[in-house]
Amino acid sequence: MITVLANPQRFLAFSRVAAPTLGAIAVLLAVAGLWTGFSVPDDYQQGATVRLMFIHVPADFTGMLAYACLAGSAFFGLVFRHSLADAAAKAVAPLGAGFTFLGLVTGAFWGRPMWGAWWVWDARLTSFLILFLLYVGYMALQAAIDDETKAARASGILALVGAVNLPIIHYSVVWWNSLHQGETIFAAGGSKAAPVYLWPLGLMAFAYLFCFGALWMARIRGEIWRRRAGALAVQGAR
Amino acid sequence: MRGFATLLRREIALAWSSGGGPLMALAFNACAVTLLPLAAGASLDKLKLLAPGFSWVALALASLLSLERLFERDYEDGALDLLALGPLPLELVAAAKCLAQWLCTGLPLALFAPIAVTALGADPRLIPLTFLCSAIGGLGFAFVGGIGAAVSLGARAGGVLIAVIVLPLFTPLAIFGGGAIMGLAEGLDWTSGLLFLSAYSLVWVALGPFAMAWACRNALS
Repeated sequence: MITVLANPQRFLAFSRVAAPTLGAIAVLLAVAGLWTGFSVPDDYQQGATVRLMFIHVPADFTGMLAYACLAGSAFFGLVFRHSLADAAAKAVAPLGAGFTFLGLVTGAFWGRPMWGAWWVWDARLTSFLILFLLYVGYMALQAAIDDETKAARASGILALVGAVNLPIIHYSVVWWNSLHQGETIFAAGGSKAAPVYLWPLGLMAFAYLFCFGALWMARIRGEIWRRRAGALAVQGAR
Repeated sequence: MRGFATLLRREIALAWSSGGGPLMALAFNACAVTLLPLAAGASLDKLKLLAPGFSWVALALASLLSLERLFERDYEDGALDLLALGPLPLELVAAAKCLAQWLCTGLPLALFAPIAVTALGADPRLIPLTFLCSAIGGLGFAFVGGIGAAVSLGARAGGVLIAVIVLPLFTPLAIFGGGAIMGLAEGLDWTSGLLFLSAYSLVWVALGPFAMAWACRNALS
């Protein structure tokens, strides 16, 4: 599928239909997720604030997935020297940073009633903040180099170097004594969360996923059109 | 090997010649360490708790100083083009530059770190571990910093950009290095921190030159 979509013309034709479709599905899933989220009973320990889980957890997971997409696009751009991969990497960075920021903020709102602190410097939160800083560094580097191709390659190398952070974030609750919730959903021996909470969480997770897909495709389209407009401007200036 | 040795000698000579490079980093470290008691109050009991951590922060920031000139100087006057075309692979060129950076900046800073940590009130029995962690951490700072320097060749914003790129990658060095020294200070396990610090530094000694060479070739193309 990736090689089929590698042709920019075919990608534009595909995403013209796919992006709005994914967006519509995302809206439906989000509505369903929020509806079930508000109708599940309160948690015996956390009360009503457990519902923040349905916004916080998918945001965190999407932020990490976006970085994996960034590293993957960067890899394709560096190895196969494909400009669409470069465009995809440039497009996903602000999206990923946005989801990561959302995760940090909603996590703080959840932590205040639960832990009594807006922020703690434990392994999971710190490594997640570093993920956000890696996005910022990527975007800063790409903005600072004038030549677009060189900028894409240089920041691609940076993205690959920073990808080492992803397993650290994921396993931080296993490797360190963390205040953050440990492995719950995919824990060995079955999920430790109550099944009634898994439905809204799953719906919201897919909603975020489809939303991310739709927005990413829209941003890649924008990037393609911007490059074409730039090329036309250069041609017209002659 | 002779080419590597020659390049290493050249880098060390350049580092010492242009305004006494290592001495600048040492002076910066001394000034940074001085700022802590001025800002946080001079009570040694309070400073003792922060001493290992803050000396690592000062070490990280001082290592950032000479990163900008690591590749930029040769890139601007064309020497990097010649080095890229020469018999020595660009990966070894990058490794030589980072090794020279460590020998000229990292090791002097590592020698100064025990002084800094003791001046901030820490127990003198921390001195051997502080030197060891700072030396190994300095290797990590040099090679990870080199990646940041190579990747921002040709960029406009220079020094601060390299800092923004590189500081997130410095964090494991700070966590494990500072953690090891704090562990010894509090009588807890310090060996695992030292081992993870060494592992992280050595991983980037091994992989960093490849990333740096890739970035240099990209900038030169």
